Amino acid sequence: MKYLDEYRDGRIARALATEIAQACTRPWVLMEICGGQTHTIMRYGLDDLLPKGLELVHGPGCPVCVTPLETIDKAIALAARPDVTLVSYGDMLRVPGSNSDLFRAKAQGADVRIAYTPIEAVKIARRLPERKVVFLAIGFETTAPANAMATWMARQEELANFSMLVSHVLVPPAIRALLASPDNRVQAFIAPGHVCTVMGCEEYEGLVRDFRVPIVVGGFEPVDILQAVLMLVKQLEAGQVKLENQYVRSVSYQGNRFAQELMAQVFEIADQKWRGIGMIPASGLRLREEYAAYDANKVFDLKLITAEEPAECISAQVLRGLRKPTDCAAFGMRCTPENPLGAPMVSSEGACAAYYRYRRHAPAV
Amino acid sequence: MCLAIPGKILSKENIAGVDVGRVQFGAITRQVALGFVPEAEVGDYVMVHVGFAISKVDAEEAQRTYEILEQLGALEEELGEPAIPARLPS
Ligand code: SF4
Repeated sequence: MKYLDEYRDGRIARALATEIAQACTRPWVLMEICGGQTHTIMRYGLDDLLPKGLELVHGPGCPVCVTPLETIDKAIALAARPDVTLVSYGDMLRVPGSNSDLFRAKAQGADVRIAYTPIEAVKIARRLPERKVVFLAIGFETTAPANAMATWMARQEELANFSMLVSHVLVPPAIRALLASPDNRVQAFIAPGHVCTVMGCEEYEGLVRDFRVPIVVGGFEPVDILQAVLMLVKQLEAGQVKLENQYVRSVSYQGNRFAQELMAQVFEIADQKWRGIGMIPASGLRLREEYAAYDANKVFDLKLITAEEPAECISAQVLRGLRKPTDCAAFGMRCTPENPLGAPMVSSEGACAAYYRYRRHAPAV
Repeated sequence: MCLAIPGKILSKENIAGVDVGRVQFGAITRQVALGFVPEAEVGDYVMVHVGFAISKVDAEEAQRTYEILEQLGALEEELGEPAIPARLPS
């Protein structure tokens, strides 16, 4: 497929790997933020192409994985109501809540439906006026414009039976929290190309300045990631600190103005809890007051449920790049994609799931 | 979850004030909301995420990036086998 296949060219990838090996004289720790990039790295074995000492650690960039346990529990509680149809992106169905997951709720008779786009949820609400349709709206900045548009459409149409259970997370505040943490070991970042496609690059400029850390906005194909790694290694070796854009075919400096405008109209910035990490100030989005009638938290009387993660899940450290999935005693044993204990084992973009899928027989790294 | 894939706009229309189009991804086509990329026309490539185009692929930039990388690949062929074994593509 055009603009995809050429960036999977094995010959170019190997040439890039050779160039990285030549440029790299010392050990460095790089983090890719986005789970989509983690998936590509594992799938193509890109980390095996890198010289020893050049370490890629995986960031918190899987929105499925960081959706708080409480939100999952709320979604399950809503789905259990006889008058509710709960619509969600497919990845969310197996995410474990405290006692169950949406998939099990569905098997027990709850009306849970999978949608590829939030527009589908609006269509269901239109079609079934007697049902209360709730869309579980998760995602990073990439997904927020789509979810904003669905909410905006519902309001335009005055759909009275549609609401959103919003759990949106923002990337730059999370990077800031990682960098500010005393146990941080990440020296440079690959910023998520699709988040930047929407938001532009400016926020990352601030991180580069405040923390003196090189950042390259990167794409998602093997060649993109290797090129971003090369750009970072060159900066690190030369003692440079700047923001660069590898993913120029999709990312402009300003980002997508139309998407940003609609997002700002529908959502406002709020403190947000990240599963495995905890509360990060101003790191999420919630619906604005004008959209209160579409906020499932307000439409339904949802008690704040406080829930506990299984003790043996070390996803808190995995999501911050402090440990690898294979360091977890439960990995591949008590925790598998079929029976996940923690969220990073659920989505294919979760670090634990990516390790399980592509390296299950490999020794711990 | 944050993946966006490039597709080619085959047709574009305005339904009830909203721009939508048929977009081709390899062998399949899908309806895609085009409201965030008003500059994209039939024949253009767009990056699509959860049913929404979020950017128009900059064909010139894509070409330029690829040419730079191609040269790297060509260089490698001239120099012979790479130093590092690879299992690419899977
Ligand atoms: S392998 Fe499972 S239990 Fe261990 S950190 Fe990953 S998700 Fe948690």
